[in-house]
Amino acid sequence: MCLAIPAKVLSIEGDNAMIELGGTQREASLMLLEGVSVGDWVIVHAGFAIEKLSEEDAAQTFALLKEIMESGSDEVH
Amino acid sequence: MKFIDEFRDPAAVRALVEKIRRDAGDPPMRLMEVCGTHTASIARSGLRSLLSGAVSLVSGPGCPVCVTPDGYVDAAIALGHKPGITLTSFGDMLRVPGKRSTLEKERAKGIDVRVVYSPLDAVALAAAEPDREIVFLGVGFETTAPAIGGAIRTASDRKLKNFSVLPSVRTIPEAMAILARDPEIRIEGFLCPGHVSVVIGTQPYEELASKHHIPCVVCGFEPLDILLAVSMLLRQKKEGAARVENAYPRGVAPEGNRKAREVIAEVFAPCDTGWRGIGVIPGSGLRISDRYAAFDAERKHGVPVIFAMEDTPCRCGDVLKGKILPPECPLFGKACVPEEPVGPCMVSTEGTCAAYYKYGGGLR
Repeated sequence: MCLAIPAKVLSIEGDNAMIELGGTQREASLMLLEGVSVGDWVIVHAGFAIEKLSEEDAAQTFALLKEIMESGSDEVH
Repeated sequence: MKFIDEFRDPAAVRALVEKIRRDAGDPPMRLMEVCGTHTASIARSGLRSLLSGAVSLVSGPGCPVCVTPDGYVDAAIALGHKPGITLTSFGDMLRVPGKRSTLEKERAKGIDVRVVYSPLDAVALAAAEPDREIVFLGVGFETTAPAIGGAIRTASDRKLKNFSVLPSVRTIPEAMAILARDPEIRIEGFLCPGHVSVVIGTQPYEELASKHHIPCVVCGFEPLDILLAVSMLLRQKKEGAARVENAYPRGVAPEGNRKAREVIAEVFAPCDTGWRGIGVIPGSGLRISDRYAAFDAERKHGVPVIFAMEDTPCRCGDVLKGKILPPECPLFGKACVPEEPVGPCMVSTEGTCAAYYKYGGGLR
């Protein structure tokens, strides 16, 4: 029930958005999130958008991955 | 799919697994995930086997359905038998056992239970059917609490008189602190729940890290996210550090979601609450605030939720605390299977026992 996956905002009317979620369209409430625009990616949980996703934020994860991959490992005995 | 596929890149997964195996100490670092979606993702992607011998991944009480006490199911069933009441619920609550029955079995006997995707669907139903009393079974953690609160606020704004919520909302950091103090569990690091953290941010884990000296890393849900969090935890162990780090910055801002927290603060108030298999954890629950008492099904319909520790051979409690793995329960895969679950961990697809049953557990 805690499943929350990325969805794309297709249209907005007041506090409601039409989103595309894994190939299907459904409504989501924007009551819990400020500054959402058409074309944004959001995390939707139980019918509510709870966070915006951006390319820059995703890039941060890759930066973390790069940093960890380049950090030294223990000597192999 | 955008924001998903790139975090499943097999070459990167292989490289990261190899790095973790190189960096791992002996004995393996013991890490707990406290989110059902992590449990399911780890099982589905076979990470427990891939990392066996390097890190030991144990599952905590990460599925809200799993920790909902049987007294809650009993109260919901009692409500459902009152005339004029329609229960609305997330689907995975229907087969959770109460003391004697489940909502699914009672539905077959005639009570009106409807599955909804969002608590707002229950509000819409109340508006569409003014002659029936619509009760939403408000089960969840901090991720779901704002949605339940938002539905209550919407019903209040629309002046609906026939909508209420039977609350069963729990907050995770208090449970993590209890588990962190338990010497039998011996947790050396937490994979903090990603979507709970979307709401609460990273600050609530600071006390766990500083007071209990346990490294905490907020973790996303794809294989690379989980491996990244594991490597960050290993790095902290190597440094002798215990701090809070964020391996899921695309989903979690350090301050969380302010608007969602405001809805929680407006609609709910903290309370002590019972967790199935664990017991009462002070301050780990959210009751409906007095301002919205008219929408509290417990008060409105006089059906109290009574918590008592279960007396059952089912060992879900020990599974939820990471003390045993599902196959160590005498009922696992025999008397208790997904089609006919005895304990809550076998009910939900995010339950630890269900994940083990479906995907196998791999080595510890």
